[in-house]
Amino acid sequence: MNPEKVIFGFFIVLAATLNFGFYVGDISNPDHHPVLELFFVVVVNLIATILKFGDRTQMGALLLATSLVAVLQLFAASLIWGYVVYVSETGMTAAAMASIVSLSGGALMANIISVVLLVIETVMLRR
Amino acid sequence: MDPVFFIIFRRMRRPLLTLLVTYAIAVLGLTLIPGQDADGNTWHMSFFHAFYFVSYMATTIGFGEIPHEFSDGQRLWVTFTVYATVVVWIYAIGTLLSLVQNKTFQQAVTEKRFARKICALNEPFYLVCGYGETGSELVRSLIEHKQHAVVIDIDQHRINDLELDALIEAVPGLCADAQPPVHLIQAGLQHELCSGVVAVTNSNEANLKIAITSKMLNHDLQVICRADSHDIEANMASFGTDYIIDPYDTFGARLATALQAPCIYLLHQWLTGMADECLKEPVYPPVAGRWVICGYGRFGKAIYNRLQKEEIEIVVIEMTPEITGKPDTVFVQGRGTEAATLIEARIHSAEGLVAGTDDDANNLSIIATAKEINPGLFTIARKNHSDNEALFDALSCNMVMTPSSIIANKIRALLVVPMLYEFLEIAYFKDDDWACELVSRISGAISDVVPDIWEVKIDETNAYAVTQMIKRGYEVQLADIQRDRYDPDKPLNAVSLLYKGKEGKTLLPADEQVLSEGDRLLFCGQVGIHHSMEWNLQNVNVLEFIVTGTVATQSKLLKLFLK
Repeated sequence: MNPEKVIFGFFIVLAATLNFGFYVGDISNPDHHPVLELFFVVVVNLIATILKFGDRTQMGALLLATSLVAVLQLFAASLIWGYVVYVSETGMTAAAMASIVSLSGGALMANIISVVLLVIETVMLRR
Repeated sequence: MDPVFFIIFRRMRRPLLTLLVTYAIAVLGLTLIPGQDADGNTWHMSFFHAFYFVSYMATTIGFGEIPHEFSDGQRLWVTFTVYATVVVWIYAIGTLLSLVQNKTFQQAVTEKRFARKICALNEPFYLVCGYGETGSELVRSLIEHKQHAVVIDIDQHRINDLELDALIEAVPGLCADAQPPVHLIQAGLQHELCSGVVAVTNSNEANLKIAITSKMLNHDLQVICRADSHDIEANMASFGTDYIIDPYDTFGARLATALQAPCIYLLHQWLTGMADECLKEPVYPPVAGRWVICGYGRFGKAIYNRLQKEEIEIVVIEMTPEITGKPDTVFVQGRGTEAATLIEARIHSAEGLVAGTDDDANNLSIIATAKEINPGLFTIARKNHSDNEALFDALSCNMVMTPSSIIANKIRALLVVPMLYEFLEIAYFKDDDWACELVSRISGAISDVVPDIWEVKIDETNAYAVTQMIKRGYEVQLADIQRDRYDPDKPLNAVSLLYKGKEGKTLLPADEQVLSEGDRLLFCGQVGIHHSMEWNLQNVNVLEFIVTGTVATQSKLLKLFLK
């Protein structure tokens, strides 16, 4: 067993599960989507991205790409959150919440692809 | 991609992860610890504010406690995290910067950038290996004649020189060993616009390796090499190297020319000289009488062979005959720098002296000592380093042999003005009187610096006016393009050297030579005359005025008015 692979797999799966946890619920209801969860989703996704740095294989490149997509989507979601709450003075609205959650839904797609790729890579391993 | 990129990224993981985790913990802690605002209400810091606060805390910017003053609980947390984040920040940034400054990484980045520049080249170029004295002179001439070059040199200082040399056009340069094929390929060896490779590094082996690689990987390429030994030359020739230039043999051949035909030698010197160089005086090496050669190395042997063919009496002085071998003539062992050896070689009754050791100080000393004994000597000095130019000038030797400029001049004639090389090849078989007449014609046309040499091709792009006049049915003679555009009776200060038409080559074509499309011409003349000639070649009105004496009205309005 390679401990590096354990950590790698752990963070990729955790990124996907946390993302899913944030995503589920009524799309425009702020009570269903706590900010703390978004924070953890962003942090874990960043960790997963950094872990994918410097892999020479084609699979590694694809994994990095999916992570970058997820991080991009989550950054956009966080920026919208920060803007509506602190800058626009309207406070959190249903429309803003919906767009934040849908962006995180996009990130979830990317994270799922990451997990699928990870599974494929594992299946393709021959002993 | 170069593996070093992956290694660098892989090594970035640890500092980045540490930074990220520390930030995350600090931010999370700040949002969890309750504080009190000015009215005594409990408040929790939002992620936005917490991230903002941590960002300026970690970088030690420190804008203060916002949005409200902190509670003691928050301050306790900040006390811990301020140390953690600051240390981690410095560690992470320091590691990342040192990774980016990694030498291998930097080299990989430079090579990548260089490769991109080469891919973007869209005009034919020459690949010059070695940017020493020869290489830099050659590159400058190429650029001045609107050609392009790419440079490889093993020494970073020389590549820096390339960047500093004020060339009109940017020349891509790579600091790398030119021997491994990968670097030559990076520099565009297999680029479809690469028109030739010039190997002028100071290592024979490197030049040989470059010649082999170039011919193996791109057979149609023109390859020009410098070689100092006959073994290497034979090896290069076996790989089909197009031109092999041995500075010693080349100088020997020049000396032979100077002995037999001083004017041809002078003509050659003038036409192949560096731009802005002063015109050389003619030299007349003594054909009768005894010559003393000091140093029987590669240079000494080349001279010895040439002089022997002229049936000149020779005395050789050499310090280490066991290494160089003994010649088949009168031989004196010694350095030649001391009067005793020179007197033993009967310098007082000799006509010529060759100081040909590989040490400039010795060569200077030999000539100075010999001239004291016999001031009338004809002296030839071998100059090994161009830094010593002032010293050799002060000694006023009759001929100075500088390997780097001999090679540069020869390659320049080959690459920069290919017709000049053809002209010189033919001129060598002419007699000296012919050359003397030409030399006096050229000296009448130019001032005291080396003449400008240029080629003209009669076609739409290079001589638009001439092609237009031919299409209109006029006969354009060679004399027409050599006239002053302000005063057509006055010729320009240029001499036409070679004409290449459908019927073949004509040396020194007559003024009445009728031009037709596809012809090529070689001119030499005063610096700046080329520009004047361009007017005659390109501007239809100017050429029409020269040929017919009038200019037809072009404007339709003016034509109506003049009716």
